[in-house]
Amino acid sequence: MTAETSVYERLGGSLAIRSVTEVFYRKVLSDDLLAPYFDDVDMDRQIAKQASFLTMALGGPNEYTGDDLRSAHAGMPDLDDKHFDGVLGHLADTLRAFGVSEADVSEVGAVADSVRNDVLNR
Amino acid sequence: MQLTFEGRAYDLRPGESVLDAMARHGVGLPSACRVGSCQACMIRSVSGDPGPDARRGLKATWLASGYFLACLARPSCDLTVAEPGDDAHTAARLISARAMGPGVLRVLVRPDRCLDYQPGQHVTLSRPGGITRIYSIVSLPAQSARTGIELHVRVYPAGAMSGWLARARPGAPLSLGSPAGECFYLPGNSAGPLLLAGTGTGIAPLLAVARAALADQHPGQVVLIHGAAEPDGLYLGRQCPPELTASPGSAVSWRTCVLSDGEDIAAAAAAELAALACPPGSVRAYLCGGAGSVGRIRRALFMAGMSLADIYADRFVQAGAGR
Ligand SMILES: Cc1cc2nc3c(=O)[nH]c(=O)nc-3n(C[C@H](O)[C@H](O)[C@H](O)COP(=O)(O)OP(=O)(O)OC[C@H]3O[C@@H](n4cnc5c(N)ncnc54)[C@H](O)[C@@H]3O)c2cc1C
Ligand code: HEM
Repeated sequence: MTAETSVYERLGGSLAIRSVTEVFYRKVLSDDLLAPYFDDVDMDRQIAKQASFLTMALGGPNEYTGDDLRSAHAGMPDLDDKHFDGVLGHLADTLRAFGVSEADVSEVGAVADSVRNDVLNR
Repeated sequence: MQLTFEGRAYDLRPGESVLDAMARHGVGLPSACRVGSCQACMIRSVSGDPGPDARRGLKATWLASGYFLACLARPSCDLTVAEPGDDAHTAARLISARAMGPGVLRVLVRPDRCLDYQPGQHVTLSRPGGITRIYSIVSLPAQSARTGIELHVRVYPAGAMSGWLARARPGAPLSLGSPAGECFYLPGNSAGPLLLAGTGTGIAPLLAVARAALADQHPGQVVLIHGAAEPDGLYLGRQCPPELTASPGSAVSWRTCVLSDGEDIAAAAAAELAALACPPGSVRAYLCGGAGSVGRIRRALFMAGMSLADIYADRFVQAGAGR
């Protein structure tokens, strides 16, 4: 897809982002490998943060002011590629479930993948 | 255009957001994403229309209270705004406080003037000695006007408020704050089923919601679940309170869950949702009680497919622990 309209716009703005985020987060919480990391985390805070992140990854308007990804994940030193790939997989599955094209799914995946080293603190 | 806040007027430029205008005048509101996702900058309109964009994604109950998002509000007319939850006090007297079951009092309070609230909201109650606590209102506004405001209060013998209420004399002077809370019923808002789950006296506001739904002839099924730690915590009994079954044509069901008998209210709520056999998006859930159980029920319903936007929750945090 060309840069004329972003995936974000094609998904219909921030309201759709909220439902995309919920579906995404539900998948993460259903994954035994990932769920333990989210046990004590306030769901609303997470959803709001993940919505901001997705908005950014999908090319929507964003003024994300959270901590940087490195410090956000620094408290989880045992995170490795299998966790990260798990998250990327759920993200891609979620987008497909909303009818996003394969081209867009990989575009979004590439943006998310670019922060791998920050999330995994290396 | 003018923006009025705390009695002061500020100019508002065309196209400028309320959040930016206030920041330009040195009034900092809490804010984070500034694009309407985080809802940190939610404030209340006292008069004037903040515009349709400013209400994007807000719950119906918030809209009814005039809430909007300052970051998205680009009004085209004068606007007077207030912080959420301004406190106005109403003098009141204790009518009675009688035991309704082990450790729970039905408290009736007569305010000096009519209190404006939505069924399911809570109110601060103050007693002489400067003690203030939050309680949910069980009675509908019309009932409150006739017989007084009804509260269900769990008694902690050493409790500064609940222990005092257990000993207080009728006529004791009290004061009520302005009702608040998002866990309330809006007439005609949706026709779908209501799933109401409360632990301990957390069932109190849900009774108000159920009463309001019946008074409104709510077409959808109303499912109530009362959870308690021990069997004697089911202070309303194991059967549906008769007042809720009396109205013809209403579909109310009542289920109890006792933790010490191994019954998990989160699992019960998810099972009731499944039994409704309708799209999760058509159901609205109201959850009240201790923060732990409310959190677990909320998560179970979310995992069962409900959107968080359709789950209204009030946590009875202990005095001093927040709020
Ligand atoms: C939104 C909201 C709505 C509420 N609605 C109701 C309601 O409808 N009915 C109702 O009974 N309460 C309700 N509460 C709780 C209520 O506000 C008081 O916290 C409670 O009545 C205790 O006050 P107290 O002055 O009697 O006890 P305090 O003097 O504050 O505490 C006395 C002792 O009791 C213990 N204690 C106090 N609260 C709890 C608790 N919740 N669980 C376990 N131990 C506790 C304390 O640790 C302390 O040891 C609500 C709270 C909130 C935030
Ligand atoms: C594409 C990869 C990822 C991205 C883009 C991402 C993004 C984010 C963002 C934006 C936050 C909020 C930061 C803040 O503002 O405080 C966050 C928090 C968090 N992330 Fe990730 N994340 C990724 C992968 C992971 C993985 C693999 C895990 C572990 C399974 C994980 C677990 C968490 C947890 C538990 C928090 C909450 C921290 C807290 O608030 O206490 N994340 N993430």
